[in-house]
Parts: sequence; C-alpha cells; structure tokens
Amino acid sequence: MASVFIANLFMGNVESNTSSSLTMTGDATATCWSCGTMRAVHFCSACGKVQPPVPVDYFTFFGLSRKLNLNTALLEREFYELSRKLHPDLCARADKREQEWSLEQSSLLNDAYRTLKDPIKRTEYLLRLEGVELEEQSKAATEKARAAGEIKKQVVPPDLLEEVFELNMQLEELRAQKKLGEDDPALVEEIGRQKLELEEKYESLSEELKKYWDEWDRLPGNATEEGRRKVRDKMVDLLNRRSYIRNLVRDVSEVLEG
Amino acid sequence: MATDRIVGIDLGTTNSLVAFMQGESPVVIPGEDGLNLVPSVVALDERDQIIVGNAARKYLIETPERAVYSIKRLMGRGLEDIQEELQLFPFRLAEDLHAGEVLRITLGKKTFTPPEISAFILRQLKRNAERFFNAPVNKAVITVPAYFNDAQRQATKDAGRIAGLEVLRLVNEPTAASLAYGLDKKQNGIVAVYDLGGGTFDVSILKLHDGIFEVIATNGDTHLGGDDIDNLLIKIAIDDILGDANLDVSRNSEVVATIRKAVIETKIALSSESATEMDIELPQGKRYQREITREQFEQLIQPIIDRTVGPCKQALKDAGLKPAQIDEVVLVGGSTRIPKVRALVEGLFQRKPHTDLNPDEVVALGAAVQANILGGGSEATENMLLLDVTPLSLGIEVAGGVTDKIILRNSTIPASATQYYTTQIDGQANVAIHVLQGERELAKDCRSLARFDLKGIPPMTAGMPRIEVKFLIDANGILHVSAREQRSGKESEIEVQPSYGLTDDQVENMILDSFDFAEEDFRRRQVIEARNEADTILAALEKGKKSPAWGQLTSDEKKKIAKLEKALVQTKGEDDYSAIRTAIDLLNQGTMRLAELMMDTAVGTALKGKNMDEADMGEGTETGHPVARADFE
Repeated sequence: MASVFIANLFMGNVESNTSSSLTMTGDATATCWSCGTMRAVHFCSACGKVQPPVPVDYFTFFGLSRKLNLNTALLEREFYELSRKLHPDLCARADKREQEWSLEQSSLLNDAYRTLKDPIKRTEYLLRLEGVELEEQSKAATEKARAAGEIKKQVVPPDLLEEVFELNMQLEELRAQKKLGEDDPALVEEIGRQKLELEEKYESLSEELKKYWDEWDRLPGNATEEGRRKVRDKMVDLLNRRSYIRNLVRDVSEVLEG
Repeated sequence: MATDRIVGIDLGTTNSLVAFMQGESPVVIPGEDGLNLVPSVVALDERDQIIVGNAARKYLIETPERAVYSIKRLMGRGLEDIQEELQLFPFRLAEDLHAGEVLRITLGKKTFTPPEISAFILRQLKRNAERFFNAPVNKAVITVPAYFNDAQRQATKDAGRIAGLEVLRLVNEPTAASLAYGLDKKQNGIVAVYDLGGGTFDVSILKLHDGIFEVIATNGDTHLGGDDIDNLLIKIAIDDILGDANLDVSRNSEVVATIRKAVIETKIALSSESATEMDIELPQGKRYQREITREQFEQLIQPIIDRTVGPCKQALKDAGLKPAQIDEVVLVGGSTRIPKVRALVEGLFQRKPHTDLNPDEVVALGAAVQANILGGGSEATENMLLLDVTPLSLGIEVAGGVTDKIILRNSTIPASATQYYTTQIDGQANVAIHVLQGERELAKDCRSLARFDLKGIPPMTAGMPRIEVKFLIDANGILHVSAREQRSGKESEIEVQPSYGLTDDQVENMILDSFDFAEEDFRRRQVIEARNEADTILAALEKGKKSPAWGQLTSDEKKKIAKLEKALVQTKGEDDYSAIRTAIDLLNQGTMRLAELMMDTAVGTALKGKNMDEADMGEGTETGHPVARADFE
C-alpha cells in the first residue's frame, strides 16, 4: 500500500511550492543509509530501516498531490501502514540515530494525518501552502482578544449584516433583562430560534465548501495564477464566514445560558 | 549471556506490580512473600534502612512519622498544587521547603523527593524481578495515568533512573490495560477503558484495528480514586468519635492510621456484603462501633464516583462517538470492584463491562506486553502497535497572559509543532518562552511546564531574527524543544527551567545518594553475579571432563576436583556471596593443572600438521576457562 503512494510521489506529482512559510525542498530520492538500496521516502523498501526525515509538506509526505477531495478511508489505511514502519516502538533496539529519525518521521506522519483527515484543517493547510495568510478570525485569535479585554474586530459577512445587527440588539436586551433577573421568555425563544438558524447555516457551509474543492481539484496543471486565486478566495471567504458564525453561536449560547 | 529482559511495571498509588512476558502470555512476578501486589508504602526503620511494601505497612500505624503512602499524588507537583492533598493525607513535608521547589517528604530525620520515594518502590520491584530471573534487570516499561501531565511523567521517568532502570517507555495505564485484553481477543472495534484506581481516574477510548491500538480520546482526573473514598469515611468516623465519645482524634496520627485501616476493610467488605461493622479501639479504653449498610455506603460515595461522569462524557464527545457506538467496556483499578461503580459505568456506556482480568493486575500485564513489543516482539504480540495520544493541550504564553495552543489534546504522539519568534528590541540576544499545558484560555489557569530562554541570538535589528522553535511530544508524552535562528542558521541555546521537575544534575546526585540505601541491593546483586560465575565455571568443568586431558589427571587430583565441585554446588544455593566466591577460587586453583593439560593438548593438535584455525583453539581455551579467569582476576 505504502509503496503505491510513494510511487505516485516519484511520478512528478510533487508541485513546486510557491512563496510560503511552509515551503520546503528536499531530495526525496536517495539511497538507504544502511543497505545502500534505492529507498522509499520514509523507510527503506529493501531493509526496512527508517530514513532521515526529508522536510516535505503533508500532502507530499503521503505521496498525494495537492487536491482537496481525499479518500479518508484510504488515508487511514496508509496512516496505519506507515505507522507500522516508522513508530518509535519498533525502533527501540535500533541505534540512537535511527531512533531519532523514527521519532521525527512518526511525529511528521501524525501531524500530517491529523491535518489531512479533517476537512477544515486540510483546506486551511492547503491555503497556507498556497501562500494565503488566513485572516486572524480563528477561534484562538478571538479568545486571545477577549482575554486581553479587547473587542475583536471582525468583519461581518455582508449577507449576514442585517441579521447580525438585529440579533445583537436582542442579545443586548436579554443581557440587560438578565441583570435584573427578569428575562422575557418570548425573547429567549426568539433568540433560540435564530441560534438554530445560524447552526443550520453553519452546517450547510460544508456542502458549499465541497463545491469549491471540486473547482480547485479540476483546475488544470497549467491554470493561471488568476484562476487559482479565484478559487482560493472563495474558500478563504467561506472559512471566514464559518468562523464568524461559530463565534456568534458561542456568544449567543453564553448569553442564553448565563 | 542473559538477554535483555524488559519488565513491565505498574507504579500505582496504592499497590505496585512488576510483570513479564513468559512465552506467549504476561505473568505477574511475585515478591519474596509470594504476593503479587507490593503496597506502595515506604518506611525508614530504626537503623535508617528503607523498607518497602507489606513489610512497611506496620510502620504506618506504629511509627507514622517514618512511613509514607500514596506518594504518587505528589509526583511532579509543587507546593501550591497540593494544598488540598495536605488536608487529606498525612504527608510530612520538609520544614525548609519553599514555593517553586521540588517537594521533599520527611521520613524520620531524613528527607526525600517524591521521585526518590517512588524509586524505592521501583527498586523493590526490580529486586523481585531479579530474584525471579536470577539475573540483573535494567530495563523497564512503566505505566502512568493517561491524564498525567509532562511534569508528572518526567518525575516518573526520573524515579526509574534513580532506581537504576532504563525506562524504555512510559505507557498510559488504560492503554496498557487494553493491550492485556487485546492479546486474547484480537478483534476490531471501539473499546472504552474505565480506570478508577487508588488515586487517579482515567478514561480512554480506543479503536482496535488489526493489531493497531489507536487511542482516539482520553480524559481523567489525576486526583480521584479509592483514596478519596477512604478519606471521606475517615472524616465521618472522626466526627462521630468527637460527637459520641467527646474525643478529638484528628491529630493523633496513630489512631487516624488505625481508622484508615478499618475503613478500607469496611469498603472492601461492602463490595460483597450488604452490611458490615466497624469496630475500632480508641485511647482511654473507649471504642468506636458502627454498622454501615451498603446502601448508606453507596449514598456517601455517590458524589465521589459522580466525578468520573464528566471526563467520560468529554472523552466520548472528543472521540465524536455516542455511547451506543462503543463495542466493549473494560474495567481497571481496584475501585471498580465497588458494585455501585460498575452500575455507573454500565449506565454511562449502556453495556455490561468486562471484568475477566484482575483489575489490580491488568495494567502491569499490559505493560509487560508493551515491553515485549519494544524488545522486538514475539508471536503473541506480532503486529501489535500502540498509537497513544497526549491528554492535554500544549500551549505557549502570548501577549496578555493568554495561552496559544499549539498541540491540541488527543493528538496522536509523537506530535510536533513549529513556532516562529522574533525580537522586540534592537540587538536583543535572548527571548523568553513560557510553555504551558492545559485547556484553559489564560496562562495562569494552565499548568506551567517550563520557562526557557533562547540565548545567543545574533545581534540584529528588532524583528529581523527569525527563530524557529520546534516543540515535540515524544511517545512517552514528554516534551522536547529545539530552536534555530533561521537567518544565521545558528542553533540557539535553550535553557530549560522545569517548573517543578528535577534537573539532570539533581537526578545524578540522587542516583549517587541512593547507594546509601542500596546496601541490600548491592549484596543481592553480588550474590546473583557470583552464582552466574559459578555456573560458568561448573559448565566449563563439565566440558573439561570430556576432554582427553581429563584422563591424564591422577585419581587423587580427580577426587580433589570432585570435592571442590560439590562444595561450590552446595554454597551456590545459599545467599552468602563471599562463600560462593571462596568456593569459586578454590575450584579455580584445583583445576589449574587440568586447564594447563587441555591447553597443551590443543597446542599439540595444532602442531601435528594442522593450522591454528583448524586446531579448535577456541574450544581448548574455553575449556581452560577457570584457569584463565583465575589468572586474570
């Protein structure tokens, strides 16, 4: 199984990286340090020894091209196969150097698997590989701002503008009521209804995202930068909307439960 | 040469065990008293000798100031973490202890850190294993609660080193238990492990897939267990005694220790009886007698066992699973013998839990399985591989005292994250990094793991340096950090100040100190080594008897050798190291001429037209081994 993916790697599927902090280069083909055979990327296909890690991006690590539609069942199988070759438990008796490599290789394997198996993380990772600086609308950034006592400036997605304005007013009102200990059940119900709507909207974003994945994956190898950017922008926009809605839902829950 | 034996050790809050893979199945190695469980109790006797296990238990009652139990609760913790513990447990801290320092416990007139006390327990287990194999044991897999943080893990590893053990792997207890179960079953599916021990609670959810044990989520509470039930019952008894007999025994450590023993017995009895009586002798000729029904007991402990519900639900949520999707539930830890706990687990996961393996032993058995895997595996463990996770998120402190999480909890380990840092002032040479572990948003609410200084940054304008810092959690769940300034390519020096851990130098010193208490160990080891040497010599003699040289000896010489041989065989069975040595030396001397004759024969053969290689010099010198050794030593 592993070798199939790795064979892909040598068939020219590795695209050269563009300006990005994650850009890495490395000589992926070499001979095994131990037995001298031409080896696979992570371990020697002849003698099984773990090889020194080559800095590659996560797609390349699994021998995948930079596509967003991904068979996660296959990815899992590949993850298990590679774990059986690279995990430090299997190198406990190897020399110090090979133990080091096994530690690095398996952490890279785990990091790559964790990122690629999750649809959102995979999309974000690809965008970053493409040089996109994802807008600081992540949950972490918001939480940081909140903890520092600042109000996080978030751009409200235009299609939500009216709804959010209305909702914020209602939340303000409920907060005031709660302080006095006399919340209006009708208002609570109304806000609860809107929360449900937002959650539905949030769910529907997955479907929309899959559409953009298809667009991205269909781009021809010689697609113009302009063409690539168009699809990227759609995904960035969707991710921003997604994180905005998520934060909003969390705020609403806090007021309702508080 | 004996092969490297790797043992599996369950270093528990209440009891500890050592196990080994014998053939195709793991077995627990009993102590000299024939018992599998070694109580995690350490005492210092009147001669300042360390006593461990069952033999140390009587000191808990007779001289409580010279004994300690449940030390695991203090592993990797600081003074400010343990205020609650100090209310509930009779830990005697050293008087000159400062905040931020590694804890020290007083036994008699001496003080020891928690890793040193744990090392005494480990050394006892090591000794039990060495007695069992009649050979040295230097390598081990040690289990830790899955929810242990980095400092607690590091402290456990330090304890191993102090005890003279190379700790090849720290394995999470519930995961180890699943290995022990998985060995027989070899099936695929989702397994939940509920592990309520003496002082810690863990829950882990695993996916079993053709021998791969992949932990999907884990949660727990490192300060929740049978101890808490005991403390609750002790408190009730003390209050009762104050009310009924108007006697305040709370400061009388001997009486408290007696009550503790009685409530543990009560707790155990109520797992099989519907009612039991507590009867405790008190000072001033008074008595405390009380009947407790199981119903009352269950009501009392409800709030304690309810604390396991939150972690179970969180683990299910993190795993993205509903209770109905769990295929098997495994119970681990002595406290899961309580019927009410079993009922709670059954309700939570909506299925009857497995109890086929002894809940006290299953963790040690699993550790032995993992030890076997690390040692290269066998038919029984073929294809088995453990993929565990880090229980807590790893973060770094950023502006505003906020935690920025860089490796999320339940990430498969080894796991890594890379962060980039720069300077804020022109020519700044150091950058400080504060590493945290925990789920909370604010740094002050998370566990501080370490503070580092990146040093020797080449002088540059503020914001110019680009320092790449790599955080890596290894397969033991322990953090490693490395840093590199990218513009100059210079490896930055990192100075790690563990928040509550021991430095390498401290551990080294403790290893040296431990020899003071290792007199007994040393003696035992010498006996083992002398016995091994005796075996080598006796085997060599057997070979010698079959060689032509034997026929050249006079019957007197033969008789003398037979006598010395018999003497060595006899002393070898005894525990006297110097007697074995003397017998070895005598036999060496007595066989001197035999060895010389054998050498001559070998050389003679070589000269009769054969070259040296064909003359089997190897065999010849080996038969002459006793002499050679006598000469060289």
